Amino acid sequence: MEVGYYGILQTVADLLKLVQKEDIIPAAADKKLFKLAPIIIFVAVFAGFAVLPLTSGFKGAELQIGLFYLLAIVSLDVVGILMAGWGSNNKYALFGAMRSVAQIISYEIPLGLSVLSVIMISQTLSLQEIIYQQGILINEIDPGAANYFFGIKALGIETTNVGGILTWNIFRAPIFLFSYVIFFIAALAECNRAPFDIPEAESELVAGYQVEYSGFRWALLMLSEYGMMLLVSFLGAILFLGGWNSPFPNIGPVALADWTTGAPGTLAGHLWGGFWLISKALLAVGIQIWIRWTFPRLRIDQLMNLSWRYLTPAAILLVLLSAIWRLLMI
Amino acid sequence: MKEYWHKISHTTKTLKDGLELTFKHLKDARNSRDPLYPDNPNYFDQQNGINTIQYPKEVLPVPQNGRYKLHNEIDDCIVCDKCAKVCPVDCIDIEPVRAVDEFGKTSDGTPKRIYAAKFDIDMAKCCFCGLCTTVCPTECLTMTSEYDFSEFDVANHNFVFGEMTPLQILEKKQAFEVYQTEKEAAKKAAPSAGIKPRIPMKPKMGGPSGKPVMKPKMPMRPVVPKRQDNEDPPNSKPE
Repeated sequence: MEVGYYGILQTVADLLKLVQKEDIIPAAADKKLFKLAPIIIFVAVFAGFAVLPLTSGFKGAELQIGLFYLLAIVSLDVVGILMAGWGSNNKYALFGAMRSVAQIISYEIPLGLSVLSVIMISQTLSLQEIIYQQGILINEIDPGAANYFFGIKALGIETTNVGGILTWNIFRAPIFLFSYVIFFIAALAECNRAPFDIPEAESELVAGYQVEYSGFRWALLMLSEYGMMLLVSFLGAILFLGGWNSPFPNIGPVALADWTTGAPGTLAGHLWGGFWLISKALLAVGIQIWIRWTFPRLRIDQLMNLSWRYLTPAAILLVLLSAIWRLLMI
Repeated sequence: MKEYWHKISHTTKTLKDGLELTFKHLKDARNSRDPLYPDNPNYFDQQNGINTIQYPKEVLPVPQNGRYKLHNEIDDCIVCDKCAKVCPVDCIDIEPVRAVDEFGKTSDGTPKRIYAAKFDIDMAKCCFCGLCTTVCPTECLTMTSEYDFSEFDVANHNFVFGEMTPLQILEKKQAFEVYQTEKEAAKKAAPSAGIKPRIPMKPKMGGPSGKPVMKPKMPMRPVVPKRQDNEDPPNSKPE
């Protein structure tokens, strides 16, 4: 809270400080691995941002396999963490890295399965298309498409031009409420965030795989952790919470959705889209921070228990249910 | 199977309760708590609010008699060396120079007969036990309420209280030497006189009456002679 208004520039100042610091490499460390690890972690996480659409007209790489690419590149993070832990030649670092890898690989399964259920409903891997389907602009990419209340065509209530929260994935297929919870928990574990922070576990492992790092290399690790938090929050908002679509539906003449969306490519479209997507992502980051205030750290057996005995079976069940739901939608 | 579902519902409920509790505190965290001292009757009434203190700008009150940074009022110091003797960590370094005669009085009337050529307190070594302030006969050595005296260089933690210039020290030393040699000569000249010129080794306390003004009531540790001479015998050094 020292730099800038209410400490806004504090992060920038901290980074500048860390850039100037001495680059310490322990004498007993495996120097090549030690030097390379933060770069790999940083690149793996920030390459994930490449495919994120920010607004209806402004997006990163236009990939048809965007979602697949994102999950794949973020998984490379594990390699970097293991390199950091092994290269440091420190017991705490190695413990932290082993735990982190075990945890990330276990939670990749429920995460992947909950993403898979979204793919089954959306029938596409392109993140931008997934978002378009969840709002009033659905006909921009697919002129014949229609949305129905709860996604069930048989109900006969068409919500294509109503938009808002009624066409978000979480509302189009209400089972996604559970999918989103699973996604959120698994994502928390993916970013090694409390209560799944046993890889860092300040009170037992000092700082886990970051323990030997200092200066800018440490800054890269820390930035990657927070970048990962933001990335999974963006992904959750895109897959379940309608991406850049407005939460307000059109109610008769009160066209709230039209007023708060803007045409793609226009300034209004950019501003509204960016505002909604960033708000949703930051809300999810806020919930992650709120969870950190509240819950104590899980033990490693409890962690594995949660993943394998609760989240994974539930995610498999939800994949089956979303297949059935897709049949109701067409 | 029943237990499985029970565990899920129980976990969900307890997680929800925890989140509600912290959210309640988030709503209350709009104002900082008042910096109250623990003896304030309202101290425990402040259950909510922001705990974080923006330290250099806001500080918590500290007790008046806390053990923080040492301060020596050198004008009141009679250089009795008691503080240096009692110090368990030897952080007080005193170099006394005896005066020819009483050269002043402290504020409580104790005559001063020794100059403090050097009175250094190394706060980096200090263990904040406060023994030195207890034994100080003139109460010139006190612990202040200043606790933040961090420095970039550890050498700066050595606080110098002596005020004499090197020239003054040299002058006083020479004056005492001259006095000493004169006295020796006088002693040799009149050995049968039987009157020993008394040099006050121990300064009397409490002014001319000789009654001590202050007596520490606390059970004191007996002053153990320093074992400095045993520490490094020159012949026991390893080759």
